[in-house]
Amino acid sequence: MLVVGALVFGLSAAWSIAADDEPDQASPAETSETIAPKGGAIRGAAADPVVEFINESLRQGWSDNEIDPSPVADDAEWIRRVYLDIVGHIPPLEDLEAFVANKDKGKRAALIESLLENAGYVRNFTTIWTNLCIGQQTPRRVSRTGMQKFLREAFGRNRPWKDVVFDIVCAEGEFETNGAVNFTLAQMQDPDEAVQLTAKTTRLFMGMQVQCTQCHNHPFNDWKQDQFWQFNSFFRQVRKMDHEKADPKTGRRIDDYSEVLMGNFEGPVFFEKRSGLKQVAYPLYFGQEVDPGAETDRRKELARLMTEGDRPLIAVAFVNRLWAHFFGYGFTRPVDDMGPHNAPSHPALLDRLAEEFVKANYDVKQLIRWIANSDAYSLTSRFGKKNEIDNPSAGETPLFSHVYIKSMTAEQLYDSLIVATNAHKTGRAGWEQSEATRQEWLQQFVRTFGNDEGEESTSFDGTIPQALMMMNGPLVRDAISAKSGSHLTELLSTKAGDAQRIQKVYQTVLSRSPNPAERTKFLAYLKAGRDPLSVYQDLFWALMNSNEFIFIH
Amino acid sequence: MSFETLDTLSRRHFLRHLATSAATIPALQFISHVKANAAELKKNQKACILMWMSGGPPTIDMWDLKPGSKNGGEFKPISTKGDLQISEHLPRTAQVMDSLSVVRAMGTREADHNRGRYYMHTSYVPNPTVVHPAFGSVVSYEIGSKRKDLEIPAFISIGGGGSSPGFLGMSHAPFLVDGSGRILNADMGDVSLDRLQQRLSMLNIVEDSFINSNRGDSGKAHKQVYEKAVNLMKSSQMEAFKLDKEPQNIIDLYSPQPGAAGRGMMAGGNGFGRSLLMARRLVETGVPFVEVDFGGWDLHNDVFRSLKDRMLPTLDAGMAGLVTDLKQRGMWDNTVVVWMGEFGRTPRINQTVGRDHWANSWSVVVGGGGLKGGLAVGETDKDGLTVVSGKSYQPGDIWATVSHALGIPLDTVHTSKRGRPMKLANGGTPITELIG
Repeated sequence: MLVVGALVFGLSAAWSIAADDEPDQASPAETSETIAPKGGAIRGAAADPVVEFINESLRQGWSDNEIDPSPVADDAEWIRRVYLDIVGHIPPLEDLEAFVANKDKGKRAALIESLLENAGYVRNFTTIWTNLCIGQQTPRRVSRTGMQKFLREAFGRNRPWKDVVFDIVCAEGEFETNGAVNFTLAQMQDPDEAVQLTAKTTRLFMGMQVQCTQCHNHPFNDWKQDQFWQFNSFFRQVRKMDHEKADPKTGRRIDDYSEVLMGNFEGPVFFEKRSGLKQVAYPLYFGQEVDPGAETDRRKELARLMTEGDRPLIAVAFVNRLWAHFFGYGFTRPVDDMGPHNAPSHPALLDRLAEEFVKANYDVKQLIRWIANSDAYSLTSRFGKKNEIDNPSAGETPLFSHVYIKSMTAEQLYDSLIVATNAHKTGRAGWEQSEATRQEWLQQFVRTFGNDEGEESTSFDGTIPQALMMMNGPLVRDAISAKSGSHLTELLSTKAGDAQRIQKVYQTVLSRSPNPAERTKFLAYLKAGRDPLSVYQDLFWALMNSNEFIFIH
Repeated sequence: MSFETLDTLSRRHFLRHLATSAATIPALQFISHVKANAAELKKNQKACILMWMSGGPPTIDMWDLKPGSKNGGEFKPISTKGDLQISEHLPRTAQVMDSLSVVRAMGTREADHNRGRYYMHTSYVPNPTVVHPAFGSVVSYEIGSKRKDLEIPAFISIGGGGSSPGFLGMSHAPFLVDGSGRILNADMGDVSLDRLQQRLSMLNIVEDSFINSNRGDSGKAHKQVYEKAVNLMKSSQMEAFKLDKEPQNIIDLYSPQPGAAGRGMMAGGNGFGRSLLMARRLVETGVPFVEVDFGGWDLHNDVFRSLKDRMLPTLDAGMAGLVTDLKQRGMWDNTVVVWMGEFGRTPRINQTVGRDHWANSWSVVVGGGGLKGGLAVGETDKDGLTVVSGKSYQPGDIWATVSHALGIPLDTVHTSKRGRPMKLANGGTPITELIG
């Protein structure tokens, strides 16, 4: 049985409306003119020049392609999306109600601001980056807790992204004390001369796919085989040490901690051309040589080279990934395969965002502010009258004239079910405990949910076991059981009429009101005379199992 | 409303048969004709059962003994009904060896559990660029997708850890069940069928709202997966997972201690045999690929006693039982069976009387599906250290042989998500001696 009470969200129902602290709010009419979204009036930090640049760049693309953007999303659609994207779960009922009732023009920008200060933001981005760094299933001899601790601190203190990358790339030490080493440990599952570590580091942090060049020159991009091994030579000093201890009960040797150390390695690495010719490669970073002697800490040199300059690849890659996080698609497809062979859809915008990100000292929250406050992010996910061609799931280049729907991750689903059942309010425990409960559930979910690492997941790739889990599994069963303190019992104990109750259930689960047809049909179910509790349970069940629930739209 | 009840489904199937068959036969006669045809059809459906020996079995003590060598170990070879000798501790299998062949010339290089597992399942060595599909997923994709009457998944893995469908996508992932046939979350608990029906009709209202909200096709895809899941829950084909209706004499076929076992699921150490029996029932129902996991082969210590007392009696009964049962039912010529693990074990016996990992020269067993039985293909030297018959075989060659037997064209190419063409079975070649 699931211990739902043990979860923590740290949600504040009454997030402050900080409209006064906003920069001057330009009149939307000044900037939106003819092709701006109709509802463009609901905007926050419109005066920010970076946000304006985003808006102008996308507008240019819309007019070049002769399309009109979809209308602005209504409050209910937008608040659900921004909660899921920033804090990783649907909005609690009271937050939804307060937001919809709020008449302040700057309320969307204010909500973004408040969500960035919410504990859920740290939790959500820690989850995302833990999965990216070590995978959804923890490999052997890797500490998930350690990785999470490192990332939690990184996002909690809003550390500059370049410092985070620096620390991960050259991390040394024990896997609980310095959690950053777990990225390296997770790529060292096989004794493979750091091939996996080379490939993953360049792909995740620099948006470059170089794996193929391990064996041959890349058929599509500019990478050459010797470059792969030049990069690889930066990682060859890595040494992994696995410690064992005696199990006090059985006396057997069992896994204790692991650590990353700097081992002895100097000079070149050797590799074989397809022709069988033996070649050598020295540490070389885009033409910059590094002393191959034993004294050099090669990973530290690499970390330094990766994080310096006005527009390093780590900035471009992070911007692209974060953009894709909010919009479902990045500027390249896939997000982590960038380079001349795969031109971005909006090169000037990508460049400018990367430069601004660097200028802002790699401030992750600031980058989120820019993206989430853009006009495009405020639009509905429905197609409009004149933008059917803007359909990336059919292979078209994304123009961001409407928001693309994406599938919830397993974590978002879990956390949203908890919110929908009110479980987050019935008890509070520490991070470690609630995280343990969550992990337990997620582990059985990982398999049914698949793990298409690095693939965009905007199209639904659901499976039968996944559907069975939602229909019959313990989490949903628990969610609709009439426990005290749950939404369901609360709902039935009020004097509200059925129409109002149906409304509440819809708002709780789908963050919107039922449309008239839905209301009529569900009222009919209640009139049919069955025990009202069971009808409401079934309604909860149906909404939680719906496509609308599992998609972020 | 498209969550169909079983009744409407069978009616539709029935009508489809009606439409495609000769309509001149009088109605009553026609119905029995349809039933007979369906049974006949299933019998002719191709399938593969993979017996996966998790841990890496010491094939030198089982299928390719080396009497007289210092590596030979404690066991003696015995004659079989086929043209080869096998271990004295596989006496029941010896009696069906005319139907099975041993490929004694595997030389696969991957001697790490994970890498070996991946290589043997996919025919490809692990590569950070791409995740390759296990062969069961390939069969699901190539054959399962075409079996419209199949309401349960096309790749079922019994008792195992599962393998990846790779770039073929999650709908071809192995469907995992434990040895008792239990499917996670398929049980509706105390929810009645009526109530489920009501929930589904409610669900439909919401699903349709979203599908009609002009947000693209994803909403519809979601609905289709739910339909499949509901069909599965209600399907009569789920009976294939239940062994309690099998007669005792059939259960005994698979059991190392016939009669003594009783009807309990794991009785008589017969988990493996029960899983194989379930595999036969699944194949009979139309499932084209079933993997049965039998673990415990990582015998670094005390290899001979473990084999003699524990592993071989169970394997012997299960394997011989499966062959006999499939033959009795006329399914043998359409069902390929493959027996393999991630690698073999060292010819040299170590200090703790065990054998370690060894991929250089080891054996895999295949049979059925029209493949030739009773043969030993390839040869290792007198100490079992190297393949001396020239070509050593790769998993791709085994799976190409299976593809040939199943009727999957060998020039089939799949495309990875990044657009790279991937040859079926990594371009392996069917083993000539077996397809003759």
